[in-house]
Amino acid sequence: MRRPRSLFWRRAWDFLVKAVAALLALLGCFVLGWILLTVIERGGPALAKLSFFVNRTSGVIGDPDDGVGNAILGTLLITALAVLIGTPIGLLAGTFLSEYGRDTWLARVVSFCANVLFGVPSIIVGVFVYVLFGLLAEDLGLPLRRPSAYAGATALAILLVPVVTRTTADMLRLVPDSLREAALALGAPRWRITLLTWRAARSGILTGVLLGIARVSGETAPLLFTALNYAYWPTLSSLNGRTANLTVTIFDRAIQRPSEEGDPSAWGASLLITLGVLSFTIVARVLLRWRAR
Amino acid sequence: MSVAEREPGGQQPPSQRRPSAAPDLLARSLAGAAAVAIVALLVGFFVALARDSQEAFDTLGWRFLITNDWDPVNGKFGALASVVGTLVSTLIAMLLAVPVGLAVALFLVDFAPSTASAVASVFGVFGARASAAAGSAATWLIGLIGGAIELLAAVPSIIFGMWGLFVFGPFLAEYVEPALRRGCKGVPVLETLFSGPTRGKDMLNAGLMLALMILPFITAVSRDVFRSTPSVLREAAYGMGATTWEVARVVTLRHGWRGVMGASFMALGRALGETMAVAFVIGNSSELSSEYSLFAPATTISATLANQFNETSGELHLSSLVALGLVLLAITVFFQAMAQLWLRWSAARGGTER
Repeated sequence: MRRPRSLFWRRAWDFLVKAVAALLALLGCFVLGWILLTVIERGGPALAKLSFFVNRTSGVIGDPDDGVGNAILGTLLITALAVLIGTPIGLLAGTFLSEYGRDTWLARVVSFCANVLFGVPSIIVGVFVYVLFGLLAEDLGLPLRRPSAYAGATALAILLVPVVTRTTADMLRLVPDSLREAALALGAPRWRITLLTWRAARSGILTGVLLGIARVSGETAPLLFTALNYAYWPTLSSLNGRTANLTVTIFDRAIQRPSEEGDPSAWGASLLITLGVLSFTIVARVLLRWRAR
Repeated sequence: MSVAEREPGGQQPPSQRRPSAAPDLLARSLAGAAAVAIVALLVGFFVALARDSQEAFDTLGWRFLITNDWDPVNGKFGALASVVGTLVSTLIAMLLAVPVGLAVALFLVDFAPSTASAVASVFGVFGARASAAAGSAATWLIGLIGGAIELLAAVPSIIFGMWGLFVFGPFLAEYVEPALRRGCKGVPVLETLFSGPTRGKDMLNAGLMLALMILPFITAVSRDVFRSTPSVLREAAYGMGATTWEVARVVTLRHGWRGVMGASFMALGRALGETMAVAFVIGNSSELSSEYSLFAPATTISATLANQFNETSGELHLSSLVALGLVLLAITVFFQAMAQLWLRWSAARGGTER
């Protein structure tokens, strides 16, 4: 405070700043409410019909029996595959950071890279997997195709790995060293201690996986080139080819079917995705808070 | 190994009871392999994208980033519009989201508790119980506001896109943009920025979408940094008669500015690469607007990728798109790495961070 001001002006200024900050905070809530209400209002009617869930996407504009059943199944399959690929890698890497490599230069490099990887744009992950699968299929001759559900799942797994790695490392670090020392003193080998710390931190690790699922299940950009979209139901053999999914369906409908209001099924799919992602986020946050207690 | 352990009559020596080292080695190498895979992945991004963009760089050279002529059909690939669009939309987002995010974080940490206690003291006229109830209700409401802003961060990008395209864009074109154009008439620079017909699918909408998407991120990180301010410092300032804003300015902001800088770097990296929300609302014009208006449709690197990658008109087109991806990757990795180093440096620099 360079020059003294009268108490009145200081109080007035204080009030003004507080009021502006409160208004801005309310504005953030207002935007969230606006988005949620929009999605519920426009997507709700689509979800009320059974055909939305059991029919596959038809190419007919204005079809009253239009459904996104194949896209729902495709999203579930791709996300589940991504979790299957990404979780073990993230779990092991997090274990390395907290257990085997603690305080080594390698651990520092790995955690640096994991943080940077977390910030790589998801569309770049899509481009990378597109190029990677081209390499695998053409240069190595593997029976993998792009676009395919496998390519899409790989892209999502790459987004999942840094999330799981970071939370696993953080949660394992919360496990007290006395537990590890007690097990060592009883003659347990190192791998038993790792299992022990996993068990001690299981709810934290689960939170990390949930946050990761919440992050990847609403992603569009990485699937745009890797899974594309498909008007038919995914089958075991069709997984190695274009696979329907909710987010790319929304993108396709919004771009290819220009209208004032937007495609009803696209809004329904938006509502479904929003509900899924937000509920995963809320469950993870509640778990985290419950754990912190 | 001590002599006592080898004494006869005791248990077997530990060396013989020790289980085989094989599972240990396996566990260690599995964990190490997963960790190294993360590093390899990051390197692999650059290698793979560099390989597939080779043709574009060989044919077009680095100059393709600063030439303004994108015409895939005739084999012309000048990506200036995408590059400029990325920078301008990110600039708009940062200009809006950093101050607002800071204000919201200060509200949650410093202002709201004092407001809650003010509410409590106002209700004091109805007795102690009413005062406590009002105070805890206000605190609960503030927690709710904080939770809502965190939830905003979880809303998928494509939902922002749908909302921005079908709801917010028309609202912008109908009410906000005409008002801006009228309000800025005669003001030197702003007059140019806010001119021309209003469509709602333009640079301004994209910048606003980006701002809304990085705002919760900046708020969440700044809030955590501000919360770590030692309460002794804050109490000392209050004790000297400072107002809440003076405490925030002199104590909280000064204490947490390094963390806020790091958060802003990370938010910058996110805004640069954000795709779906921008691709929906920016209008996707691969020509650089000659009017310098924010009401004109534009494009960004990520939006160009999203729109054209699946419908390329040949090897060179695909290669130049991958080259754009490589440039975007390099920029975002640079900012993320800067943020990491900055945070590590400022944490090592002294006890102020914790």
